[in-house]
Amino acid sequence: MAEYLVDIKNERLSFFTPAGEVKALNDVSIRLKEGEVLGIVGESGSGKSVTAYSLMGLTAHPGKLLGGELQFNGHEIEHMTEKEMRKIRGNEISIIFQDPMTSLNPVYTIGNQITEVIKLHTDKDSAQAKARAKELLELVGINEPDKRLKQYPHELSGGMRQRVMIAIALACEPKLLIADEPTTALDVTIQAQILELMMELKDKLGMAIIMITHDLGVVASMCERIAVMYAGRIVEYGTADDIFYNPKHQYTKGLIRSIPRLDTKEHERLIPIEGTPVDLLNPPAGCPFAPRCDAAMKICLREMPPVTNFGDVHYTKCWLSQKEEFEKGASHE
Amino acid sequence: MAKYIVKRILLAIVTIWAVATLTFFLMNLVPGGPFLSEKAISPQAQAALEAKYGLDKPMFQRYLNYVTSAAHGDFGDSLKQRGRTVMSIITMKFPVSARVGGLSVLVALTLGIPLGCIAALKRGKAADSVISVVATCGIAVPSFVICTVLMYFFGVKLGILPTMGLESAKHYIMPVIALSFYPTAYIMRLMRSSMLDVLGQDYMRTARAKGLAGGKILFKHALRNAILPVVTYVGPMLAYTITGSFVVEKIFVIPGLGGEFIKAINGRDYTLIMGTTIFLATLVIVMNVVVDIVYKIVDPRIQLK
Repeated sequence: MAEYLVDIKNERLSFFTPAGEVKALNDVSIRLKEGEVLGIVGESGSGKSVTAYSLMGLTAHPGKLLGGELQFNGHEIEHMTEKEMRKIRGNEISIIFQDPMTSLNPVYTIGNQITEVIKLHTDKDSAQAKARAKELLELVGINEPDKRLKQYPHELSGGMRQRVMIAIALACEPKLLIADEPTTALDVTIQAQILELMMELKDKLGMAIIMITHDLGVVASMCERIAVMYAGRIVEYGTADDIFYNPKHQYTKGLIRSIPRLDTKEHERLIPIEGTPVDLLNPPAGCPFAPRCDAAMKICLREMPPVTNFGDVHYTKCWLSQKEEFEKGASHE
Repeated sequence: MAKYIVKRILLAIVTIWAVATLTFFLMNLVPGGPFLSEKAISPQAQAALEAKYGLDKPMFQRYLNYVTSAAHGDFGDSLKQRGRTVMSIITMKFPVSARVGGLSVLVALTLGIPLGCIAALKRGKAADSVISVVATCGIAVPSFVICTVLMYFFGVKLGILPTMGLESAKHYIMPVIALSFYPTAYIMRLMRSSMLDVLGQDYMRTARAKGLAGGKILFKHALRNAILPVVTYVGPMLAYTITGSFVVEKIFVIPGLGGEFIKAINGRDYTLIMGTTIFLATLVIVMNVVVDIVYKIVDPRIQLK
């Protein structure tokens, strides 16, 4: 058994569109142990969803894996055929999507859509699958499961549908659950309920979770490890404490500054990150964040920053950190 | 459901009445009459004929008479085809048109749905382009051109298919091809665009994330959602196709109902015009109800009220 459940090394992935090659992932590495919760944070188009989807082999056409190793639970994902991937999807890795209103097929009953995945990956017959589906609905906190199994998605509320999506994802007791902005489309109160439910189920079933979100509040409360992504790269990685109390990358700092705080004075404005995300069709030669960075230096525009480590876990890719660490090292001598 | 059907039947009666009324008055406003011909007949004979069929009465009186007898199921005698009732003409000619038309619709569905799906799945590839060109031709080329081309190649040049009548199975081939050309093309296009729409839906991604195989995803999750626009189109289309096409029936010398529509109008055969119009209207209405019910079965979100 490998040490890590998920071990992505130097993944590079591009989408080949009519306009040209979009470099969606550049040198992304992620490690996750069994039962751990990793948060991937970043703005739209930063590659956070693509990283997770590539683990499930869901980035097919026009996406193409150009390099790196993707290891999951002893499988080498990059060498697997579509047929082999199908045995893993919905079974060892499951996913819940952003919008529960559209993620369930409107013309089939809830029961049909849950038992479908059970029958696909286990030897259970219809009656056993139905019993399991009922059990799952109870597990995700849906009342009157017998009645719900016969209902169609449009007869349920958004929060209820997301619970059904979670039930489908957990049907085969996956090792890894990918949650792709699971609460973005829900009301605030329902958001909290869903997150609570996910954490409760994680403790009960012991699965690992990759939480993809742009909501720093969500990762702060749930995740042990956080990866901050920008323009298809992980720019900073660390524990929740590292990221929130000791952010190193200018982008991470900007993200944290832009969170509304309880102690903010009434007329104080939030500080946005100026500028727009880079065009991944023509990525710059240097640090992709440099054009928006207050502290950018000449070298930032020319060359990609190397990794600067702060301890075992926490690292960033920023010239400024590199410079500070170098100066610190020099002053010690 | 039962309440819905009763409601639709009542509504259908009102609609048919409206169609009949409109047709009756429009038809009578058109100059000419059933007994005018190039060879002038004596005024006495003309008056006698008009009196026999009640045409000497005022228009409104005739309308009331017609509606009363039609409500009792009596659509009268044909004014031009001596000794035959309108009902007997329809019951004799309709089965002929229905066989040719029904086969055509069957062909259109069995070709149009899979080809449309293939075009959507192979979007932008060669197969998609070929299907799109064929579909555009099918919609743009009028049926008399198709009939003539078919007849020239298979009937005259190759001599392998009979060009007229409906005596054997072979006789059906060309008329069915000609009649099904347009609906096949139309269904292909409908199916392609609705399939493309469905393929981009979130629940398709969910189906893939479950680990389902491509075939299962397509047939279980995509097709049922994508078929709805085709259902809507096929209902009324079936009604029009099984009542016959004047052009195709004329060219292939098929004794169907399609020709009767035109013949009745040209000859001012008032009772036959009314009969065929009411018959077609009824079929269209019935098909629309059938479409609604099929819709409800395919998509549980639809509420029949």
